[in-house]
Amino acid sequence: MPTAQTYRFSLTNVTCASCVNIIESKLETVPGIVEAQVNFAQRTMTVQTVTPPEMVSQALQEVGMQADLIEVAGEDPAERLMQRHYWQLLIKAALAGGFGGLLMVLDWFAVIPPLSEFSGQMTWLILGLLSLLAMAYSGGYIYRNALVAGIHHHATMDTLIALGTGAAALFSLLIIFFPNIVPIDGQYVYFEAALIIIAFINLGAALEIRARGKTSQAIKRLVGLQAKTARVLRDGEEIDIAIEDVQVGDIIRVRPGEKVPVDGEVVDGESFVDESMLTGEPMPINKKSGDKVIGSTLNKSGMLLFKAIHVGKDTALAQIIDLVQTAQNSKPPIARIVDRVSSIFAPAVLIIALITALIWFNLSYDVGFILVTSMTVLIIACPCALGLAAPISVVAGMGKAAEAGILIRSGEPLQLASKLTTIIVDKTGTVTKGKPEVMTLYPVENIDKDLLLQIAASVEVNSEHPLGEAIVNAAKAKTLPLLTVKDFHATSGLGVSAQIENKIIILGNKKFMKQEHVDISELKAQAEKLAVQGQSPMYIARDGQAIGIITVADPVKEDSKAAIDALHRLGLNVVMLTGDLQSTAQAVAKQVGIKQVIAEVLPQDKAAQVKKLQNQKEIVGMVGDGINDAPALAQADVGFAIGAGTDVAIESAGVTLVRSSLTSISDAIMVSKATMRNIKQNLFGAFIYNSLGIPIAAGILYPVTGILLSPIIAGAAMAASSLTVVTNANRLRFLKLGKKA
Amino acid sequence: MMTVLINGIGLALIALVVWWFWLAKEKAVATGNSITIHVKNGVYSPSLIKARQGQALELIFIREDTTPCAEVVIFSELDINIELPLNQAHAITVPTDKVGEYEFCCQMGMYRGQVVVS
Repeated sequence: MPTAQTYRFSLTNVTCASCVNIIESKLETVPGIVEAQVNFAQRTMTVQTVTPPEMVSQALQEVGMQADLIEVAGEDPAERLMQRHYWQLLIKAALAGGFGGLLMVLDWFAVIPPLSEFSGQMTWLILGLLSLLAMAYSGGYIYRNALVAGIHHHATMDTLIALGTGAAALFSLLIIFFPNIVPIDGQYVYFEAALIIIAFINLGAALEIRARGKTSQAIKRLVGLQAKTARVLRDGEEIDIAIEDVQVGDIIRVRPGEKVPVDGEVVDGESFVDESMLTGEPMPINKKSGDKVIGSTLNKSGMLLFKAIHVGKDTALAQIIDLVQTAQNSKPPIARIVDRVSSIFAPAVLIIALITALIWFNLSYDVGFILVTSMTVLIIACPCALGLAAPISVVAGMGKAAEAGILIRSGEPLQLASKLTTIIVDKTGTVTKGKPEVMTLYPVENIDKDLLLQIAASVEVNSEHPLGEAIVNAAKAKTLPLLTVKDFHATSGLGVSAQIENKIIILGNKKFMKQEHVDISELKAQAEKLAVQGQSPMYIARDGQAIGIITVADPVKEDSKAAIDALHRLGLNVVMLTGDLQSTAQAVAKQVGIKQVIAEVLPQDKAAQVKKLQNQKEIVGMVGDGINDAPALAQADVGFAIGAGTDVAIESAGVTLVRSSLTSISDAIMVSKATMRNIKQNLFGAFIYNSLGIPIAAGILYPVTGILLSPIIAGAAMAASSLTVVTNANRLRFLKLGKKA
Repeated sequence: MMTVLINGIGLALIALVVWWFWLAKEKAVATGNSITIHVKNGVYSPSLIKARQGQALELIFIREDTTPCAEVVIFSELDINIELPLNQAHAITVPTDKVGEYEFCCQMGMYRGQVVVS
């Protein structure tokens, strides 16, 4: 009697309380249910039962209720089953291998009398029957799968192994009963070969389960980030509820050291939140009322009260997981050739084995030789390694990328990203921070830098210009108090003026100063020097006297230069595209080491610029913010949406970068190159393995060199081949990203 | 005589392989709006699904096979890649707006099936 398990179901079309009755009375008719509880408010149901959960869903479907399994109490059932499967395979391998090994040793030491004697026949009959039992136990599933597939007109790897080992066992039985059908030196049985082959297949499959688990570690880690419960305020009380039961609009409390359970907006409290697990951003971010928080990030310092905005499948983490899982299952175009090969592979090998047998028969080789060669052909052929070559590398590569905040949408951008020749980067927000900042404070003698900033900020606080905002922010950062301002005036295209402590302050460009008769000769040279560096200078005058300049610019991100260097090292031509003036763009390009600049491009013309480069036979990657640059991203061979944060569902981009650092681009290209290289190694290895292995197994070398592959070696090689593919893919996990390549 | 017989048997077996695995189509055909496909013993059953153009078609996959090969089902022409949870029903809606034959298979192409929209 199996023990009862607790399952939780979500109920979709439960509309009224009477539905609950229908469900409960239906469940009473299902055998094996120990206890069932329906929660009408939450539309969920908890069932403790010994029957499989599908039976519960099925029973409810009969009365028109939709019940979907959401979780199994305690542990992950799939994980547990895989674990059990792993041990079963190992036990099967040990049993078949142990018995096969024993037979081999007995044979070496010639312990068993020859088949030509009656005692030998009897001994082998007993050993043969024991071997068949061992084969049935350890390889029963192989024969069953082969049979079922065969009935459905499918030939699989199981077909090949079943036929290979089955033929060996049948022939051996035949020899035991009628040893005289073959010459005396050919009276040999092949049970040990069949058993050891089955042992290798089981061992290989077990090791493959382990190795595969590692390739999908990245996604498991993402799933593991999810918080399990949330502390929700309901009717003035704080209650802990399961994460699935959180509703949009719920007010949730997160204490220091706890995970933010779902996505939302802070309504009260202030704290630093570590978002590195999702965005790769190493520094915790300050969150206060009105700021967005992301589910699964870690609250570090203070108490936060926030309103749930996205729950369940809509949270950023759920979307990232969904995107990565879908992408991991997709295939790069290179793998499509393999699909065609693998669909005809197994029957083709059957035919090769038959042809092999016919050739050796017609060349008058003995029955044992014919059996060994065709059996070895069946055993050595490994369609699995071939079919596995691409998908397993994709899983490992995409997982690796996802860990670094690089979300590759499918196999196609993955393959194309490895072939890029040109990368176009948008300037604002990509190379630069996209937010103007005060760069230089240059006061005249006797004026303090802070005073200059204080005066400028006090005036600009009334202006709505983005440059003014930068100045105010700079003053705020230095906690300078703003002074009282009277008579504020803004003159479009020139600057602003106001009165502070009865003194007239004017702030603006060269033209404004000239109009107001301010002498700027002392500052002009410095202003022009800074302008060349891409900074926008503004003059400040008090009562007609120039007191200094403040420059504002959109600063280059700290790591932009290193990232551009990395792209150059990857052999890519980097082009900067911007709507800014040529001089400003050139200044930025110079700072980060970009040689080619296309400036003064209107937003709607960006896609045309991408096309122009494509016409020059360049394979173009475009980096942009994914919103304004959507057409250009879509036009490019690979579009990279940068700084997407947690808004990952950007359709126009093949690659979405959670972080806003350009380093992610070189990382993405490195991952794609490494993954494609890995796939090619795997495909090459699998192709070579099969195309060399099969002829050698068929005995092509035998007439010349006398070399003949033993079916046992073939079994080991075959088990090793798919394991090698998985192990090679696992190497991708050790790829170093985010470093200065 | 023996030589001719054995060669004949060999060639007949080759012909059988060609006919059975490549030429003969599976007879078990499933039709309907909602079809449950069991992933078990190395095959999808049923593996040949026929649908009329424009009809609603939902395939419910239940994976009962623990081998890792069975864990993903791919409809490459339709851009559908789904991971199948073990022993749980997983429904996939297949678009039938275009006439054609849509193959579905596991990652390694060993499990195979086909949706024929006519």
